[in-house]
Amino acid sequence: MQAQHEIENAMPAASDKLNIESIRRDFPILNLKVHGRQLVYLDNAATTQKPQVVLDAIQRYYTEQNSNVHRGVHYLSQLATREYEGARVKIQRFINAAESHEVIFTHGATEGINLIASSYGRKFVHEGDEVIISAMEHHSNIVPWQMLCEQVGAKLRIIPINEKGELLIDDLEAMINARTRLIALVHLSNALGTINPVKRVIDIAHSHDVPVLLDGAQATSHLKIDVQELDCDFYVFSGHKVCGPTGIGVLYGKSQWLESMPPFMGGGDMISSVSFEKTTYNSLPYKFEAGTPNIEGAIGLGVALDYLTGIGIDRIAEYENELLDYATEVIGSIPGVKLIGTAREKSSVLSFTLENIHPHDIGTILDQEGIAIRAGHHCAQPVMKFFNVPATARASFSFYNTKQEIDTLAEGIQRVIEVFG
Amino acid sequence: MSDISELYQQVILDHNKKPRNFRKLESANREQEGYNPLCGDQLTLYLEMDGKVIKDIGFQGSGCAISKASASMMTAAVKGKTKDEAEVLFDEFHRMVKGELDPEKEENHLGRLTILSGVREYPARVKCASLSWHTLHAALENKDEAVSTE
Ligand SMILES: Cc1ncc(COP(=O)(O)O)c(C=O)c1O
Repeated sequence: MQAQHEIENAMPAASDKLNIESIRRDFPILNLKVHGRQLVYLDNAATTQKPQVVLDAIQRYYTEQNSNVHRGVHYLSQLATREYEGARVKIQRFINAAESHEVIFTHGATEGINLIASSYGRKFVHEGDEVIISAMEHHSNIVPWQMLCEQVGAKLRIIPINEKGELLIDDLEAMINARTRLIALVHLSNALGTINPVKRVIDIAHSHDVPVLLDGAQATSHLKIDVQELDCDFYVFSGHKVCGPTGIGVLYGKSQWLESMPPFMGGGDMISSVSFEKTTYNSLPYKFEAGTPNIEGAIGLGVALDYLTGIGIDRIAEYENELLDYATEVIGSIPGVKLIGTAREKSSVLSFTLENIHPHDIGTILDQEGIAIRAGHHCAQPVMKFFNVPATARASFSFYNTKQEIDTLAEGIQRVIEVFG
Repeated sequence: MSDISELYQQVILDHNKKPRNFRKLESANREQEGYNPLCGDQLTLYLEMDGKVIKDIGFQGSGCAISKASASMMTAAVKGKTKDEAEVLFDEFHRMVKGELDPEKEENHLGRLTILSGVREYPARVKCASLSWHTLHAALENKDEAVSTE
């Protein structure tokens, strides 16, 4: 089987190091030329590239399996249903959820958070209650809570950060009170690269009977996720940031919470019976999956996670840390470069500014060199405000990146400095 | 693909480093905010209107080299012009950076502003170059709301 072949390819015999050359061959897009230059893709925090096995799975779905799920007695529908539900089990294993029905398919991390804000929010957050987030959240873990708080008259409280971009966890204890209904926290910050001490946050929260939602949009591709060990109540992530397709994501929730929450959207699949007098809702996970789902997305995501598991998340994490250390050294030592986000616990993201040169100009000049980075506020305007910068340039790494690419980035930054004289 | 130095010409870099009319106008009788939410550019434009004439103009804010240079060159270009003359420049400039007006082939009043024509090769940067102009347009129309390029 092709998938198997490529996964084995990525594993050099009798060595713990990744075979990056072989891994890169799994990602056809990495061969692309951009403006006549070899593409250097360093925008992985925005989205990751997809290995051939994922592309093949999507192609295979549409050429051999396409049908609607859960609603046909015919061969194809059963096949599609089996693949779709098979993907759910793959995801369950990947995050080590206790039950597969605790895995809800969404269209991404954003929808997952909105689902909880809407459903959990409607049921459990009332006037005068409080929700806690942190000062380093992505807009998608700020705005849904602002909307909820405004709607019900609840209060949003913010755990502050220090100048390294680390969570001031000691402030959390004082912030929790009898009205705290939820803590929603980013696991790995997309703007700063900070890895939050989520286990400690969860322990503190649970000692006050407060549930915790983790935004794992960034963490899932860089850290081993074990939702039972973390004991988090909710965990969300996006397929497209873990080498899977866009338009698919996951909400993990502990059964007892999901059971007690009302549906998010109404429609087909999420009901067990409908009459004009009364509708009864379907059981988990279908209660939260109204309408025809993103079937090929789920299947593609399952294959992507298999691919990552085949390489080994621990080995990926180790290599990515090596890349980040190297980049921190090489980029950080360029005169005029200031790193934004220097937490002790950090992964995969290098946010920086360049003296007197706006990140947007850096982005355009690097693009001409074939180097893709992100320039902007990274959907984290409060973080930018905290560091008193309008924007940053951000290079973000994946396991298919190399030290040579970081050298190319360094040369590109020198070119930016040259252009601006 | 065009050379990056055509976008970042010396004149543009110079305006970026030493923007003209980069100050709050105490005599202003109109003030207008502009934002580019994508890159976080922010600009405040101050106008002193004498009837239909832009008697004085100033700006403050933060942004990339393109947006800052464009704002600087714009203030130099419209100072002393009438509202109608400024609106013509707005229209021509806007069409130039979108690639709809070729200043070398079509008649126009852009003068030195054509230095920014290189922007048309960089679609992601058109908003940077036009933020100040949209803000001016709104100020002349006397709109109260902040301008956003989104
Ligand atoms: C930390 C974090 N949370 C949430 C999101 C939102 O993810 P999506 O746009 O895939 O829903 C992102 C994406 O950039 C992110 O980095």
